[in-house]
Amino acid sequence: MAAPQVRQDVTEGRLSALAFPQAAGWTLPARQGALARVRAMGLPGRRDEYWRFTDPATLTAAEPQAARLFEPGESAPFSTMDRVQLVFVDGVFDAGASDDPALAGVEISRLAEAQDQDIHWARDIYGVLEAHGQTPVERPLAALNTAFATDGVLIRVTGQASKPVNLVYLHCSETSDAILHHVIRLEQGADLTLLENGPAAARFNKVMEVDVADGAAFHHVRTQGRDHDRRAVTHVFARLGESSTFKSFTMTANGILTRNECIIELTGDNAVAHVAGAAVGDGTFHHDDTVFVTHDAENCESRQVFKKVLRNGATGVFQGKILVQPGAQKTDGYQISQSLLLDEDSQFLAKPELEIYADDVACSHGSTSGAIDEEALFYLRSRGVPKGEATNLLVLSFLAEAIEEIEREEIREEILDRLAAWLERHRS
Amino acid sequence: MLNIKNLHVKLEEEDKPILKGVDLTVEAGKVHAIMGPNGSGKSTLSYVLSGRDGYEVTDGSAHLRGADLLGMDPEERAAAGLFLAFQYPVEIPGVGNMTFLRTAVNAQRKARGEEEMDAATFLKEVRARARDLQIDAEMLKRPVNMGFSGGEKKRNEILQMAMLEPRMCILDETDSGLDVDAMKLVADGVNALRSPDRGFLVITHYQRLLDHIVPDVVHIMADGRIVKTGGADLALEVEQNGYADILAEVA
Ligand SMILES: Nc1ncnc2c1ncn2[C@@H]1O[C@H](COP(=O)(O)OP(=O)(O)OP(=O)(O)O)[C@@H](O)[C@H]1O
Ligand SMILES: [Mg+2]
Repeated sequence: MAAPQVRQDVTEGRLSALAFPQAAGWTLPARQGALARVRAMGLPGRRDEYWRFTDPATLTAAEPQAARLFEPGESAPFSTMDRVQLVFVDGVFDAGASDDPALAGVEISRLAEAQDQDIHWARDIYGVLEAHGQTPVERPLAALNTAFATDGVLIRVTGQASKPVNLVYLHCSETSDAILHHVIRLEQGADLTLLENGPAAARFNKVMEVDVADGAAFHHVRTQGRDHDRRAVTHVFARLGESSTFKSFTMTANGILTRNECIIELTGDNAVAHVAGAAVGDGTFHHDDTVFVTHDAENCESRQVFKKVLRNGATGVFQGKILVQPGAQKTDGYQISQSLLLDEDSQFLAKPELEIYADDVACSHGSTSGAIDEEALFYLRSRGVPKGEATNLLVLSFLAEAIEEIEREEIREEILDRLAAWLERHRS
Repeated sequence: MLNIKNLHVKLEEEDKPILKGVDLTVEAGKVHAIMGPNGSGKSTLSYVLSGRDGYEVTDGSAHLRGADLLGMDPEERAAAGLFLAFQYPVEIPGVGNMTFLRTAVNAQRKARGEEEMDAATFLKEVRARARDLQIDAEMLKRPVNMGFSGGEKKRNEILQMAMLEPRMCILDETDSGLDVDAMKLVADGVNALRSPDRGFLVITHYQRLLDHIVPDVVHIMADGRIVKTGGADLALEVEQNGYADILAEVA
């Protein structure tokens, strides 16, 4: 299936700006397979069904658009927590800034180093979950990532990680173009909290493949954005075993373009997957959550909770699907996507989808877009709360359902504080 | 305390006059009651005084302790000492009752250049006042008015009033939806706040509330005007005979 000419030109233009890593050790076959997928699919264009609301041109262009550096003037996220930090500067690992990755029950290595080893556990996952996640919806930018990733982190968890692992992405060059690929494997009964933060690069393409074995639990919290001009496309591919848990929360503040895809497959009975996000944008902000949850097994639960606060022409996109395969009885699927538009220039585009092939399931979805509740605003003001503060209280209450998806209280509080601080700076 | 002169108000959206020249003065230390048929404009008066959108003042004035109310934002009116206990208190999902109350108390103090109330003092004060009104602690933890019964919402209004210690309190049908015991609690709450430097305007349909909160002056509002003013016995007359006689008399 040859891609049309325009698409081929875009694809070849992008590929010509990248060097294929021939000396990639055991990842080479996966990378070659991914490159073939990229060529077969072609990079996405505006006319693709899942790119109608988000223009991928700047993500597929040969060179990144420059992105000014931004000094947020506040402490880095999670900096008060005891954690193992691994720092990437414009996509390049910074050993000096990183912690010693020794952590009981956790093996951490770098893709760039590990791929030269003869044998590595990540071989069974690298590019495998990504390839599997290409049907029924193609995700060419993820295949591009598998083929060309320059580095990443490989984490294997065999027990209860005593502290979180924190991937920190610093952005120091206005023209950086970073491609990172992480692989995470949680063995039976293992437990890990993974934190991510930072704008990463002028343009960032990140893939994370997460394999959660039976009874294991993966908690993921990330904050992204901040640098107004930076662009990012991220993919999370997760495979869940029996009675396993996967919880992912993303806070996005600022960022001219963000596309976060999350592809989750519940393959074992009684698994639980929650994916949530709170995004706040003011002005040139385009934020796209594209989620695909597949229920293959019985008695599993999935939740998608996405909230966006938009003002001054900001755009929010949500494309979320729950696919319930034949036999996935007793599925409990929930999906909600909501936007709060603080003015008439902002917009929210949503495409919620349910596709169900089992008869004994409970699935619900809802999508709304609305303004601040004037009655509530007046009530607060009549008690003396100034308009700006009252608005922010209502905005935070709107975001609450998403924030509550974060399990650890200290992290939940931190995210809440950061959102409140952002709102304070962007007060009406 | 509160001086309303020749107040004319129409709806912003349509040319519908609702208040057609209201004159009313509430002195400090006094309790005034307003009664009147449904739709006569009582709630509209309370909303216009507290600054709700959707109304246009076409003539007249309203002053609180000498300050021009109509030129202020709702939050400024609150900080100036005005409080409205809503006829229909608003539910606000996601905003905790305690957060709401504390934000309000401190916002008003800040606006008046006073020091904020610290968390411990605040908690103590709320607990004591909630106890008086028999509002249980569990309810305070819930989002504002969410899942509150009609009567609980009204009691929550009085709790807010007690915490905010306003100078001029307007109570819009705070008695409706209250059972007999709750009415007594609410009345006790109001009476506890009665003081020489505080005024009350109590909107009600029933004499029952006025048995507990004995008014100094009773006004009858009809078709956007105060048509009759008298003492506490005027409320009794309404209770017994309805409005027909009074309206016929002033027509
Ligand atoms: N926003 C509005 N839109 C349309 N009509 C309105 C609006 N606000 C008030 N009115 C009308 O103005 C009139 C006065 O209403 P208001 O609520 O002030 O009466 P009230 O005296 O408080 O009545 P009640 O005793 O039933 O509470 C009514 O006819 C009402 O329908
Ligand atoms: Mg009324």
